Amino acid sequence: MNQSAPTPNDREVENVLYQKRQKVYPREVHGLFARLRVAGVLVLLGLYYFVPWLTYDGHQAVLFDLPARKFHIFGLVFWPQDFFYLAMLLVIAALSLFFFTALAGRLWCGYACPQTVWTEVFLWMERKIEGDRPRQMKLDKSPLNFRKFRIKATKHAAWIAFAAWTGFTFVGFFTPIRELGASLMNFSLGPWETFWILFYSFATYGNAGWLREQVCIYMCPYARFQSAMFDKDTLIISYDESRGEPRGSRKRSEDRAGKGLGDCIDCTMCVQVCPTGIDIRNGLQYQCIGCAACIDACNDVMDKMDYPRGLIRYTTENRLEGRPTHVLRPRTLVYGFILLALLAGLIYAIANRVPVDLNIIRDRNALYRETPMGLVENIYTLKLINMDEHAHSYQLTIEGLEQAELVYREDALKVPAGAVAELLVQVRIDPVHLDRPSNEIFFVLESLENPDIRIRQSGRFLGP
Amino acid sequence: MGDFTFSSDFWSWWVIVLTVGNILGCWWLIVWTMKKRAGEAASGDVTHHTWDETLQEYNNPLPRWWLWLFYITLVFAVIYLVLYPGLGKFRGVLGWTGEVRYEKEMAQAEAKYGPIFANYAEQEIPALAADEEAVRTGRRLFLNYCATCHGSDARGFPGFPNLTDDAWLFGGDPASIKTSILNGRGGQGLMMAWEGQLGEQGVDEVTEYVLQINGREVNTELARKGQQHYQQMCVSCHGIEGKGNQALGAPDLTDAAWLYGGSPGTIRESIAKGRNGRMPAHKDFLGEDKVHLLAAYVYSLSN
Repeated sequence: MNQSAPTPNDREVENVLYQKRQKVYPREVHGLFARLRVAGVLVLLGLYYFVPWLTYDGHQAVLFDLPARKFHIFGLVFWPQDFFYLAMLLVIAALSLFFFTALAGRLWCGYACPQTVWTEVFLWMERKIEGDRPRQMKLDKSPLNFRKFRIKATKHAAWIAFAAWTGFTFVGFFTPIRELGASLMNFSLGPWETFWILFYSFATYGNAGWLREQVCIYMCPYARFQSAMFDKDTLIISYDESRGEPRGSRKRSEDRAGKGLGDCIDCTMCVQVCPTGIDIRNGLQYQCIGCAACIDACNDVMDKMDYPRGLIRYTTENRLEGRPTHVLRPRTLVYGFILLALLAGLIYAIANRVPVDLNIIRDRNALYRETPMGLVENIYTLKLINMDEHAHSYQLTIEGLEQAELVYREDALKVPAGAVAELLVQVRIDPVHLDRPSNEIFFVLESLENPDIRIRQSGRFLGP
Repeated sequence: MGDFTFSSDFWSWWVIVLTVGNILGCWWLIVWTMKKRAGEAASGDVTHHTWDETLQEYNNPLPRWWLWLFYITLVFAVIYLVLYPGLGKFRGVLGWTGEVRYEKEMAQAEAKYGPIFANYAEQEIPALAADEEAVRTGRRLFLNYCATCHGSDARGFPGFPNLTDDAWLFGGDPASIKTSILNGRGGQGLMMAWEGQLGEQGVDEVTEYVLQINGREVNTELARKGQQHYQQMCVSCHGIEGKGNQALGAPDLTDAAWLYGGSPGTIRESIAKGRNGRMPAHKDFLGEDKVHLLAAYVYSLSN
């Protein structure tokens, strides 16, 4: 930056345009929604750290084997050719997000998003080591001394250890985790494994330790477009202004009506527990991730004051304005219906998946060949992919051209489990039987061991 | 970009000025937007625009780290343009070009796969043709480099010989096959056009004779005349009995293998217009070792 020294005025404007980050110290919160979130964290992280260690039928139960391009999920083995199922799964995931967001706002953000889930764990570690909110703030304000250094070092060591385990687990989904652990122990990790373990460890540490709410506020696209799925019947977390205002502090013994005060005692608990550092009493804001920490905090205070709960609560815009609210409405019904249909479709498709694939590659250098006998011949290279866990012998037939003759080497149709076989095939026909230059023919491949494993693919047969 | 050559200094400078101007422009934009303008909403206030009746926008500050990221991208651009080609004719101090990279990757591939082919090259072709692994590798090479003309099944097309039968223009022994691939064929295996010498009638007669020695039903009178022409003009290459000559690449006219087709019309055309098929040389392109393996694969097809 080789500009002339900035005038104080410039600096002031710069400070206005670009905000230095204010660290958020969320206060610990107890209550129904906090318990739900802890349950979510335990289930999701439990799955994440536990699943790679499961074995099924002698191999790792869930393994996305990229070098072999095989994706094991318990008893199922998916191939790149099965990308359709992944596409469907992603559509279902997107629709679930639409459906649940339309129903109850940012449920995903508040209870299930990895950013929230890991941040929750990192916050828990921070509290265990540094203490709760006030002690954390005090520690950060205090000058650096040995004690502060020790506490901070302990915290970061704990964070890094947990992040490293996270990175290791992530890579364990893609390469057998037991072998990965073994090679980690005797320092024989490959360069790529090392890179990805470090990358994901660093990403976990950076996102959950340092960036936290900055991700939600400034980086995350979901945070932006989820508000487009809200309507007036969507559950939002809202402060009941009519009940709470005018806010003000008072003693428990004082009569609030006499002082002309609402139910809000202005204790700012709701602000202190907020992981994104906003004041919910200013209304719904895009920074709100719908975690309901403020509901728990406020209900606690209301209990202490002997006021009814729900000054901050899950409600809908309609209800706040005194109109009836509908859970069943076109938006949720349509989302729900499409979601169910797709789910049923995916389950049906996977249940009826045929573990064989056939690709037909026609020789393209010449349209056709004439044999010495005067027959028209087309050459095809067929790729047989046996996606099953057992070897199969297949039977190949053609349909579509009645008089055509199929020529291939018989022994090439035995395909070992999970292998790709290449088969050279000639199809011959007397040109008198061809009415047009380009004809559709079908290759039918059927397993001799299991007639249910059958696939029919179309190809072209060219003639004069 | 690394291999892009500028036709003139003008375009080189054009790119330099635009690129540098854009980088400076981005930096200036950030500095310029920091100036407070009259009538601008204060930070945290609502701007003056209203959309859809009620929708308003806050003039909220960006996070400071975003500003740093922006500066980092500018610095990255400068470093990149110093190291790599991008500023017109300036090549970058690393000397990176697509060609250099290509050569490096080819050298890497050669270092990795070269020994495999070198190992095959030390073995005799008949032995390789019996080795399943070698035949599989050879087949992959064949599909890459040969199948376009000879077909995936190596049975050829009109004008491109069938490599799976026992009819060979230049010999089917390992050495001959290897020579065919290494140095190519053609030129000496040229079939002349005989129209001018024979005339329409003469061509018809020779065609009839060729059909006769090929063992088909013919008009014997025509064929007898054709035989006389044959013994004057064709015998030097195709031989007395029409068995061909592998030293010249002259085909055997008595068997069922026809390079261009065996129908009377096609044979007539071959005699009248001549044929000039060529097999390109692959020595420089594939190298001796790969050709050796390919020859083994081709040999395995007919043995």
